[in-house]
Amino acid sequence: MKEEYAEIIHRCFRCGWCKLPTNYQDFNCPAYLKYRFETFSSGGRMWLLRAWLNGDIATSERLQQIFFSCVTCKNCVEACALPNIKDKLVDIFIAAREDLVEKSAVPPPVRDYLKAMNISGNPYKKPQAERGAWAEGLDIPKYAGQEYLFYVGDVGSYDEVGMKMARSVATLLSDTGVSFGILGEDETSDGNDVKALGEAGLFEYLAGQTIDTLKARAVKKIITLSPHGYNAIKNNYPELGGAFEVYHYTQLLGLMMNDTMPKGTLNKKVAFHDPCYLGRWNNEYWAPRFALGSIPGIELMEIDRNMKDALCCGGGGGNFFTDVLGTGKDSAAQVRVREAAETGAEILAVACPLCWKMLDDAVKAEDLEGTIGVMDIAEIVNESRR
Amino acid sequence: MDRIYEKIADIVGSDYVSNAAEELYLYSRDQGVQQARLPDYVVMPNSTEEVQEIVALANEEKIPIVPMGGALVLSGLTIPQRGGIVLDMKRMNRVLDVNEKSHYAVVEAGTSQGMLQAYLKKHHPKLKHSVPDAPPVATIGGNIAIHGSGHLSQSEGGFHTEMVTGLEVVLASGEVVKLGSCSTVPKWFSRAPIPDLAGLFMGWNGTTGVITKIGLKLFPSPKLKDVMMFMTEEVDSITDILFRIIDTEMAEDIAFFVSPKPAYFDGFQLIMISVVANSEKEMKLRLELIRESVRDYIETKEAGFLPLPPYMKVKLVDAPQKNLSEFADVMKGGGFEYVGAIMPVESIPEAYRAGLEITSKHDITYSMGARVVGRGHCVMFYYAYPFNRADSENVETVAKALEESNERALEIGGIPWKTEISGQQLILKRMEPATYKMMTKIRKLLDPNGIMNPGNWEVQS
Amino acid sequence: MYDLKFDPAICEKCKTCDCIMKCQYINMDLEEAREEQGKLVRGEDSEILTRCVTCYACEEYCPYHNHPFYLIVERQEEKGVHPVPKPIEKSQVVMMAPRGRIEEKAAAEPVINLCFFPMLKGSIAGKLYEGTSLILGSDIFCNLMFLHFARNSVIKERLPAMMENIMKYHLAPGGAKEFICYHDECYGTYTSWAPAFGMEVPFRPIHLFDFLYNRLRELRSEITPLNIKAAYQRPCSSRLCPEMDHFVDDIFELIGVERPEREYDRENALCCGGVLEAQQRFDLTEENQRKNIDDMKASGATHCVFNCPFCFFTLMGKVSERGMTPILMSDLCRMALGE
Repeated sequence: MKEEYAEIIHRCFRCGWCKLPTNYQDFNCPAYLKYRFETFSSGGRMWLLRAWLNGDIATSERLQQIFFSCVTCKNCVEACALPNIKDKLVDIFIAAREDLVEKSAVPPPVRDYLKAMNISGNPYKKPQAERGAWAEGLDIPKYAGQEYLFYVGDVGSYDEVGMKMARSVATLLSDTGVSFGILGEDETSDGNDVKALGEAGLFEYLAGQTIDTLKARAVKKIITLSPHGYNAIKNNYPELGGAFEVYHYTQLLGLMMNDTMPKGTLNKKVAFHDPCYLGRWNNEYWAPRFALGSIPGIELMEIDRNMKDALCCGGGGGNFFTDVLGTGKDSAAQVRVREAAETGAEILAVACPLCWKMLDDAVKAEDLEGTIGVMDIAEIVNESRR
Repeated sequence: MDRIYEKIADIVGSDYVSNAAEELYLYSRDQGVQQARLPDYVVMPNSTEEVQEIVALANEEKIPIVPMGGALVLSGLTIPQRGGIVLDMKRMNRVLDVNEKSHYAVVEAGTSQGMLQAYLKKHHPKLKHSVPDAPPVATIGGNIAIHGSGHLSQSEGGFHTEMVTGLEVVLASGEVVKLGSCSTVPKWFSRAPIPDLAGLFMGWNGTTGVITKIGLKLFPSPKLKDVMMFMTEEVDSITDILFRIIDTEMAEDIAFFVSPKPAYFDGFQLIMISVVANSEKEMKLRLELIRESVRDYIETKEAGFLPLPPYMKVKLVDAPQKNLSEFADVMKGGGFEYVGAIMPVESIPEAYRAGLEITSKHDITYSMGARVVGRGHCVMFYYAYPFNRADSENVETVAKALEESNERALEIGGIPWKTEISGQQLILKRMEPATYKMMTKIRKLLDPNGIMNPGNWEVQS
Repeated sequence: MYDLKFDPAICEKCKTCDCIMKCQYINMDLEEAREEQGKLVRGEDSEILTRCVTCYACEEYCPYHNHPFYLIVERQEEKGVHPVPKPIEKSQVVMMAPRGRIEEKAAAEPVINLCFFPMLKGSIAGKLYEGTSLILGSDIFCNLMFLHFARNSVIKERLPAMMENIMKYHLAPGGAKEFICYHDECYGTYTSWAPAFGMEVPFRPIHLFDFLYNRLRELRSEITPLNIKAAYQRPCSSRLCPEMDHFVDDIFELIGVERPEREYDRENALCCGGVLEAQQRFDLTEENQRKNIDDMKASGATHCVFNCPFCFFTLMGKVSERGMTPILMSDLCRMALGE
C-alpha cells in the first residue's frame, strides 16, 4: 500500500455521503445497493481496510468479497464530503486489491479472470486468431497508416453483444467516410479491467504489449469502442511510454453528424445512460448527448440520476467478468433499467459494450422487453439512417 | 448460536443476516470515541412483519435488540452494550404516502433524510420536511428516536419529535401498534386528540420498542432562499440579539456559532440566519424586518451583517450542509464527536464560556454553536471536538473533554441530548426519583425481559 | 511616519469646494460645505466623517489634487469613526493579513500582478498573456481596501513590507522593474496613495488597460469585432487614476464594443454597493444597484464590463438576472480574440 494512501485511510469519517448521489435520489453505490451491509459501502470498506492493515481482522473470504465488490464507478469520489480524501478513494480500493492479489487471496472468479487474461490474453479463453472475427463480412481494412485506428477491446472482440456493437460502430465510421483501420487479430487487451482488479504487473505487461503494437504501426490517433479502453489509453498509457491522441467514438460522432453525414430521422424517446469510464472517470457527459440530440425526431430524456449522479450498470471494476455482485432486484443494472423505464423512454442508449450487456440482461430479468430496449448510440444512428 | 442464526435467516433470508467477523467488527463501533462492543448478529429486515418476527424471537431467546438507522449519533447509541442483534433498518426505506393537502408524509423508519428530500422535490415540490445537519443517509426513524432537530425547528414548531403525526412501533412482545390518528381513522394527520402514546418512543433510545413507520409533518417550500450572517464580538449580547431576530418571526433557521478556525472568525460571535420567501417582495420585507430588529446594535458599530459573496451563499443555503462533515478532517484524523445540550437561550453565554474553559484546559480545538429550536423556546448548544482516530492519546483527551462538557451542560441547566451511556448516568443522577421510577415502570411493562437496547436509560450500580 | 501631503492653504482658498458639492451622497449648499470642509482641515468633528460612504470619488473631483478623500480617512481614524462595524473590520484585518509564506519566484517582464485575487488565476491565459509571469499572494497584497474601513494605519503598516516582498522575491530575481496591475486599485495604491503619504515606490506600475490596449494593437489582425453594446462599471479605485479612463474607450473601439451613453457612467459613476452593504447601508445599496442596473438596461447594453473583481462579485448576479452578461474587461478582450 503506497504511503500516499496508507496515511489517509484513517481519515475516512464514515459519514455515508458516499452511498448517495449528489441529488440524494437513492443509494448509488452498486455494492452497497446490492448487499446493504455497512461493510459494502465505501466508508465501510475504508474502515475494514484500516483494520486489516492494522492486523485487527483476518484476510477471510468475506473480506476478499468485500474488497472485490467495488465496481470502481467513482460515485463515492463524486459524493465524498472530505476534499482531501475523495479523489483517492477508488485508487485506494484498487491498491487494496493489489495487496490481495499479491497474497493470491482473491475470490475464485477473480482468479479465473486473471488467469485467462494471463494465459489467453482475453477473458473468454478464446484464441488470439479469433480476435478480428467480429469484422467478418464488413470489409474493414487493417490499419496501415490511416488517420485513425479503431480499437475494439476484449468485449467488443469476443462477446456476442460486444461484437454486435463493434460492428455497428465500425459500419457507421465506414459509412461516414472516416479514414480508419483495425488491428484485427493483432489487437491485444488494453488491460483496463485487469488494472481495476489489482493485477498491476499483468496490466503493465498487457498495456506494454498493446503500446508496442501501436507504436510499431506508428499509430497516432485512436478511436475506441469502449470507454474502458479509452480510459486506459488516455490516462495510464502515457506514463508507460504510449502517448496517443485517443477518442471515444461518441466524441467524434456529434461533429461528424453535423458536418459530413446526411441525417435520417428516428421518432423515439431516448434516455442516455452515462457510462462511468466516460462520465465520472473522464468528465465526458456532453458528446454522447450532442450526438443523440443531432438526430431529428429523437426526444432526449434525462434519467433523474444522470451525468455525475448516474447509477453504474454494475459492470465496472471487473465485475462484468467476475460477477461478484450477482443479479437480483437490488443489482445495479436492474435498478437502473427500472429507473430508465420510469422516464417513459423507449430506448435506453448506451455508449459502452459492458453497459449494453449488463442493461440488456437486466431488461430481460425485469420483464421490461417491449417497454424499453437497450441500443448503443451507433446503432441508433444507423437505425435513423435506414 | 447457529440455531439462532438459522431462525433469523428463515425470517429475513440468509442474505440479510450476518455474524461474519467483518460485519461484527464494523457494527461494533461508530465514528465517535465510545468503546467498541461486539454484537452477535447484524440483521436487516425489509418489513414490519419481519421486524415483529425478529423481535419476538429475541424476546423468546432473551437476546438484546439494538435498532439502528444511519448510525450517525456519534455517541455510540447504536453500539450494543450487551451484545445481541443490531437491527439495521435501512432496507425499510420506502416513502409510503404523501398527503399534500394535509401536509404530512408517512415513511418507513429506515428512510434516509436525503431520499425523502429528493422524493418531495420531485413529486411534491411545494413541500419539504425539516432536515437535521447530519449527512443525508441519516434516517427519519433514528432522528425521531433521539429527539432530533433541524433547519425548520425554529420556524415550524421545535424538535422533529414535535413534528410527528403518528408512529407504528413493534413492541418487545412482537406486537405491532399504531399510535396517533392512524390508530383509529385512515389518515396520519395528528397525535391529538386521543391519548398520546407516541412520546413513549421518542428519546428512549429504542428501549421501549422499534419504530417501524413514522407520520411526519411537511411544510411549505418557498422557492427563494437567502442567508444572512450577523457578527459581533460580545457574547453577552447574543441572547438579546437572538430574541430580537426570533421575535420578528421572519427567519427560517437561526444558528449561532463560533470557531477558532479560520483565523478571521476567531474571537467573533456569528449568527447565521436563513430566510425563505415566495417572491422578491416578500424576501425584501423579511430581510428588512430582520435588519431592523437589530438596528440598535448596528448603530453602535459593535455588530453588523457580513456581506456574503455568491459562492459562499450557495453553500450556506443548502440543507444539509456538506461542509459540516469536513469538520471531521480538522485534525487530519477522520473523527469528531459533539455534546449537544438542550438548554434555554439565555444560557448561551455561560455555555460558551464553559466551552472555552474546557478546550483551553485540554488544549484542543473546537466548534461551538447553538441552533434555535422553536421560537426561542430552547437551543441545541453543541460542543464539537475533532480528533485523529489514529492517535489514541488525542482520542482520550477528546473523550475527557466531552465528559466534562456533559457535566458543565448540566450544571448550567441544560441537558445533554442523545448522549452516551456515561452522559445518561449523569442525567439520571439528577433526575427526580419519581420521574425515573415512572420511566422504569414503563420499560418493565413494555419490555419485561429487558431485551430492548439494554444498558440505556438505566442507572448503573 | 507617513503623513498625508495635503495643503490646507489650498482648501482655504478653494471657491468651489467640489469635493463636497459634487459628492453623490451628500447634499449641502456651498456655505455648509465650506464649513464642514474647514472642520475637516482643522481636524474637528464633522458630519462628513460618518456620512462618507468611502466611494473615493472626491479624489477625482478635487481640481487641485489635494487628496480630500485621504484626508477624510485620516480624520475618521483619528476620531475613531468606523464606517464598517468593528467586528467585520477586525475580521478583515486578520483575513487579509500576510501569511508570511512567500517563496522566491523570479518574474521577468511583462509581469502580471494579481494582488490577492487567487480566484482569478484562470483569467490569466490566452494570447494576451502569452509570455507573462504571474505574481500574487497575501504577502504582496496592496492593502488599499482598508481605505473603506478608515484604517490608513493598516496600509501604512503593511505596504512597505509588501513592496519589499515584490522586489525581493519576484522582481529582482527576474530582472524586472515594472508590472501590470490586474486590478487598478493596486495601480492607484502605487501612483496615488503612496506618493500622497510620502511612501517611496521602487517599481513602475502599469495600468491593466494600458497593457491590454497595447497587446490588442499587436494582435490586431486576430480581433473579431464583438459588435455589442456594453455598459462599463467604473469602480471606486478608478477615481484615483482618472487619466487612465480613456483606455476603456480606446479598447472598446479596437474590439468593436459600443459604450452607450448613460447617466451613471464616467464622472457620475455609481459605487457597486459592495462596500455600502458592508457599511450596513442596506437601503442605499439597494437604491444604488437599482439605479445603476436600470440605467444599464435602459441604455440597451447586453453586457456589463467590469474592471474590479469586487464589483464583479457584487453585481454579477444582479446584472445576469436582468439579462446582461457580466464580464471582466480582460475576459472581454479575450473574447474578441476568439478565446
